[in-house]
Amino acid sequence: MTPERIRELKLIANKGRMYIVKETHAAKSGHPGGSMGAMDLMTYLYNEEMRIDPQNPKDENRDRFVLSKGHCAPGLYAVLAMRGFFPEEDLMTIRKIGSYLQGHPNMNTTPGVDFSTGSLGQGYSAACGMANAAKNVLKKDINVYALLGDGEIEEGLVWEASEYAAHYGLDNLCIAVDINGLQIDGATKDVMNMEPIDEKFASFGFNIVKIDGNDYNDLEKAFAAFHAVKGSGKPTAILMQTVKGLGVSYMENQASWHGKGPNDAECAQALEELEATRRLIEAEGADVSPKAETPSGIQRGED
Amino acid sequence: MAEVKKIATRDSYGKALVELGAIDERVVAIDADLAGSTKTGMFKKAYPDRHFNCGIAECNVMGTAAGMAAMGLIPFASSFAMFASGRAWEVIRNSIGYPHLNVKICASHGGISVGEDGASHQCCEDFALLRVIPGMLVMSPADDVEARQMVRAAYEYDGPVYIRLGRAAIPVFHDEATYKFQIGKAEVLHEGNDIAIISNGVLTYEALKAAEKLEQEGIHARVLNMGTIKPIDAEAVVAAAKECGGKIITAEEHSVIGGLGEAVCAVLAEKYPARVRRIGLQDVFGYSGPMADLMVEFGLDADSIVKETKAFLAE
Repeated sequence: MTPERIRELKLIANKGRMYIVKETHAAKSGHPGGSMGAMDLMTYLYNEEMRIDPQNPKDENRDRFVLSKGHCAPGLYAVLAMRGFFPEEDLMTIRKIGSYLQGHPNMNTTPGVDFSTGSLGQGYSAACGMANAAKNVLKKDINVYALLGDGEIEEGLVWEASEYAAHYGLDNLCIAVDINGLQIDGATKDVMNMEPIDEKFASFGFNIVKIDGNDYNDLEKAFAAFHAVKGSGKPTAILMQTVKGLGVSYMENQASWHGKGPNDAECAQALEELEATRRLIEAEGADVSPKAETPSGIQRGED
Repeated sequence: MAEVKKIATRDSYGKALVELGAIDERVVAIDADLAGSTKTGMFKKAYPDRHFNCGIAECNVMGTAAGMAAMGLIPFASSFAMFASGRAWEVIRNSIGYPHLNVKICASHGGISVGEDGASHQCCEDFALLRVIPGMLVMSPADDVEARQMVRAAYEYDGPVYIRLGRAAIPVFHDEATYKFQIGKAEVLHEGNDIAIISNGVLTYEALKAAEKLEQEGIHARVLNMGTIKPIDAEAVVAAAKECGGKIITAEEHSVIGGLGEAVCAVLAEKYPARVRRIGLQDVFGYSGPMADLMVEFGLDADSIVKETKAFLAE
């Protein structure tokens, strides 16, 4: 990617983060933290990686994306709207009665949503079924992508799905594990330590790529590594370090921002900070990315 | 009633699935290490490329079936009823029921007739568990003829379906040439107006035998075979209450809580209040034993139905 393209993607992601803040503020609920951290991955997927047509969202031959960590719907909706699947103004209806933008993604109401998710582990299982259907039954060149949380991989179903992905040689399946180190009750290492995550997926037979999930050069390399193993029969797991709440100072690395919406003052401050970042990206080009400090203190969250 | 041949409805399922595989390439079978028992092994033999074993991982059976359905395939997902409906319930609820995906859950080894394996494998809760999921069809065939037609009907229906099949060989009493199963339609198997017996699965043949015995004592019982538990044939239930002395017996190889019995009660309570006596597992677990003995132990045989009927009529 050219520095100019990276700058464009950063501006899209920055706008997406503003939408996440506005959506969760309007709904007075929702999950901003994880959405913010995963925004770069979803921006990259829908703007660089996936073969999709927003004008024809049900195209049978499209690539699929399953947001297995379905609570990050505010982020997915922002990416889909900005990509043209539905009007951006509709984002503010999220979680309201009558809206097609449910609290967690609904494939039957929302253009661009490939599977209904929300119950952790299940989207990944479905993604494995999709990839197997594409590769071994329909025999079509369709890639299936899924995004999982690092808390989500505590679910037993994740490992049932992983053994299946390897057994059926699903090299058209690429999962990203969003490692932000936090879950509702605190730090993942304290709640249920899943490390070494890389060795776990490697032992299941996955092609492992470890990246900074908020770095576009890294994202480009990760998906190149996915395409490089096509034909090997190995599914790919991108293990990406991200910063939960990235882009808003008071949300960064705070488990408390897992599942709540900002109030009026918090919303205003967040949008101010993101606007400042936008100006920096515009002015200084590709080298600027909102980077957070290492977490100083982990707070417990609520859901 | 002349002696009839016996076939397990899981075998009927296997046969019907092979036929569907021949006419539609979208049909796939998904298993959890029980292809030999659920009889999807027959499909595997015929179409090895469209059979997917998940290993002993029932939740992943349902999740991957949902994913395959989302890609336009028609997955038939099988395991024992206990694990398909119980262990994997929340996956069925959220990944198949909520998106209303075209998955056919065909679970074998339902009910107490599993026999010697005991309570851990005797699923008498599946109708209840599946009925409560919005948009889910719940069915249970009474013999081989009905089972094969039911599988076909499930295939032709666009949406999620649960079919409970049995392990044991049971009498085939339907006439292949004349019987036509319809989703949501009850079948009058024996005419009568003194009392009605509404049953499904293994209990339907027992209800028929009971009706014939009652006939000899001058009691004319109507037997309604209710292959579809949801949506239930409310019209047939109300008609039975109106025309059969306002007394209905339900008989099922299931807990009296949440299954056919309560579905019938719900219809009557809302549309035509009538007395109901529910034959089934009376809020207890089963235990090990030969099927025939267990059916007697738990009051699920023809003689028990006769006894219950007479007692109910005497009230």
